[in-house]
Amino acid sequence: MPQTPLVSVRDLTIGAKTDSGRKVHIINGVSFDIAPGEILALIGESGSGKTTIALSLMGHARTGCSITGGQIRVGRHDVTAMSERARQVLRGTEVSYVPQSAAAAFNPSQRIIDQVIEISTIHKLMSRANAEKKAIELFRALALPDPETIGQRYPHQVSGGQLQRLSAAMALIGDPQLVIFDEPTTALDVTTQIEVLRAFKSVMQKSGASGVYVSHDLAVVAQIADRIIVLRSGEIQEEGPAQQILDAPTHPYTKELLAAFEPVPHEAVAAGEAKVRSSILRVADLHIGYGKEFGREPALKVVRKVNFKIERGRNLGVIGESGSGKSTLARAIAGIVPAYRGTMEFDGKEFGMSLANRSKEELRRVQIVFQLADTALNPSHSIEAIIGRPLTFYRGLKGGQREARVIELLDMVKLPAALRHRLPSELSGGQKQRVNLARALAAEPDLILCDEITSALDTVVAASILDLLKELQRELNLSYMFISHDLSTVEAICDDVLVMYNGEVVEALPAADMSSKATHPYSRLLISSVPKLDTGWLSGLEQDPELVAAFSKR
Amino acid sequence: MTKRTLSRRLPTPRNLGYSFNWVGRIGLTLILFWAIVALIGPWITPYPVGKVVDWDFFGPMSQKFWLGTDYLGRDVLSRVFMGARYTVGLALAGVTLACTGGVILGMIAAVVGGWFDTILSRLLDAFNGIPSLLFGLVVVAAVGSSIPVLILTLAAIYLPGAYRFARALAVNVNTMDFVTVARARGETTLYLILREIFPNILGPVLADLGLRFVFIVLVLSGLSFLGLGVQPPNADWGALVRENIEGLSLGAPAVIFPSIAIASLTISVNMFIDNLPTRIRDRSE
Repeated sequence: MPQTPLVSVRDLTIGAKTDSGRKVHIINGVSFDIAPGEILALIGESGSGKTTIALSLMGHARTGCSITGGQIRVGRHDVTAMSERARQVLRGTEVSYVPQSAAAAFNPSQRIIDQVIEISTIHKLMSRANAEKKAIELFRALALPDPETIGQRYPHQVSGGQLQRLSAAMALIGDPQLVIFDEPTTALDVTTQIEVLRAFKSVMQKSGASGVYVSHDLAVVAQIADRIIVLRSGEIQEEGPAQQILDAPTHPYTKELLAAFEPVPHEAVAAGEAKVRSSILRVADLHIGYGKEFGREPALKVVRKVNFKIERGRNLGVIGESGSGKSTLARAIAGIVPAYRGTMEFDGKEFGMSLANRSKEELRRVQIVFQLADTALNPSHSIEAIIGRPLTFYRGLKGGQREARVIELLDMVKLPAALRHRLPSELSGGQKQRVNLARALAAEPDLILCDEITSALDTVVAASILDLLKELQRELNLSYMFISHDLSTVEAICDDVLVMYNGEVVEALPAADMSSKATHPYSRLLISSVPKLDTGWLSGLEQDPELVAAFSKR
Repeated sequence: MTKRTLSRRLPTPRNLGYSFNWVGRIGLTLILFWAIVALIGPWITPYPVGKVVDWDFFGPMSQKFWLGTDYLGRDVLSRVFMGARYTVGLALAGVTLACTGGVILGMIAAVVGGWFDTILSRLLDAFNGIPSLLFGLVVVAAVGSSIPVLILTLAAIYLPGAYRFARALAVNVNTMDFVTVARARGETTLYLILREIFPNILGPVLADLGLRFVFIVLVLSGLSFLGLGVQPPNADWGALVRENIEGLSLGAPAVIFPSIAIASLTISVNMFIDNLPTRIRDRSE
């Protein structure tokens, strides 16, 4: 590069001390440059060190970690050699940070404007009036509604997407040369994500600052970054311009990442087609709600008028944004949240609405798997106890028989048998999700309700879980009801798809026709909002603004 | 507790994660010392508890009477050893009853919820409003002082607190997905409480138990100080302090040593509880 880079990192090593006192290297000899005005993406799985590197650019290391070697230069400053006091001056004015969860980063008891201009107050950059004027300009540049007055609100009075943009305004108020974005759109819905990405992109272009964009999502990164660094276990695997990484990756790991992104079209299980299809679950006119009941209807009605059926050996996908009622629907089918109106028929028989109205045998045949394996597995039980409990409970298995079956189930989900003696905290995220699945399989159900089971996992791990689900289906003739906000996941595993919006099913159609034949405007919006592995996708994307305004809660 | 087989590792406390630091060990040693004294007290006391052995009252520490003599000329060492029985025993029985009852009720309330939770919580809240020493005074004055009455009174005073504490913890655990999964499986309330919730609140509950034990020792000493605790000629440590209080101005060991005994027990229990093995303390994390 002809001009001197704004940031140069040389041989960066970051170490940490584990609980047992052992010293480990999290980051190993990482070197890279960032040119002025360039946006660099750090991409990798959880634990690859991407956030750790990004934070080190501010001279910050998380508790227990420390920068043990190498050099970081930002502008004229040598960050590694600076005192903590000097770094404080650097932060906010030269380098600033946009966190993943804006909701957690804002103080709920202060007005937004006070928090946005806090940096200028701390560093005494400008008068309050000037700072507020500048904030309003930034709000306008970030395409926030009511830029003049939005600062007067409290954080809970704006939506998640707006809050994320406000946190970008907070980062930009001190005119930094470098902005660090730490997975800022990961927690957002796809339709909201587009708007936030657009705002980030335009505001970064205008300000001319450099950026570091940390993400695990290649498609998102492709829209905003000029250059991509692929990380794995604290080491750079591949570095190159965004277009090259996407089109011509050289490193096998990058290829694996890209391959996990390709949706594999799902084919219905062949075994199911030979037999006459019987419907395993039929739901008619289901209404679900929470809260105190008035008459026979609860105060808060979450899901209304849902009709569908699942055939044996086939999979139903339910897709929608957060708050659309898709998880509630799964809980109602599992009986955890009783539906207050409608009927459910399971394998031709009437199905009780609440847990108390179902027999043990009926409960056994429907199992639910939750999104977060961390909270779905009891931290004080061994894996054997977790998987073994349904065996004892439904089948009365004990001792050696039970142990043999646990080993069999672990083998089914492709985990080693020795794992059964461990506690959940001693497993990785993907392993936990497999145990979670094995527990559901232990009951030998006919229908498994999967509530966003791949959302919290890394791309490669999620893809392998999906493969596992398909394989299990072939062997066991299961049906899945697959709840997700991710269109490609649903396409990869489901035969039919329900699109939910605001508690109602707006469209039902075969998964294969999802992109081509969806007619409901909301389905179209959802489909068009999924980022594609193409650097020009965001700039080329045209969405009907009226449609967007009508359906997304920005 | 869960039976856990760990493969290919020697089951030493350290490997099992049950080791703890030296502050905790000192605490445990002191607790064990007092527990042993409470158990074998009658066989190691040099003199009978109620017997006047010396003509001199508030006698100093000597070869014959290691901790001196009390206001009647009885041997203080013997009386402290026998007092351990009452203090440790009563407090242990009281705290066990209070915590068992409170924790079980708290977990049931958290799992069952609804009106059961509301009624029980309000009831115990109201009960909690009565000052503990005053309640003890009234009960003991009305029913008379005997060991069972003392234990039940102490348990009743500290049950609502244990209930509140356990319920708050259990409500948090109850919302976790693994409890929902167990519930969807069709498990009974008893299973949910014992297997899913209890192991995850055990650490904080033990810490609370330690704290409550100390409070009970203090209230018991307070009751005895007012003359409503263990009745003469036997005495718990609080009673020993009371009956020898006049010796304070003389600097008599008869009043100092029972005080030290109370302090050493309560402090060592706290030292131990605060330094419980991480495996127990941080289970829920």
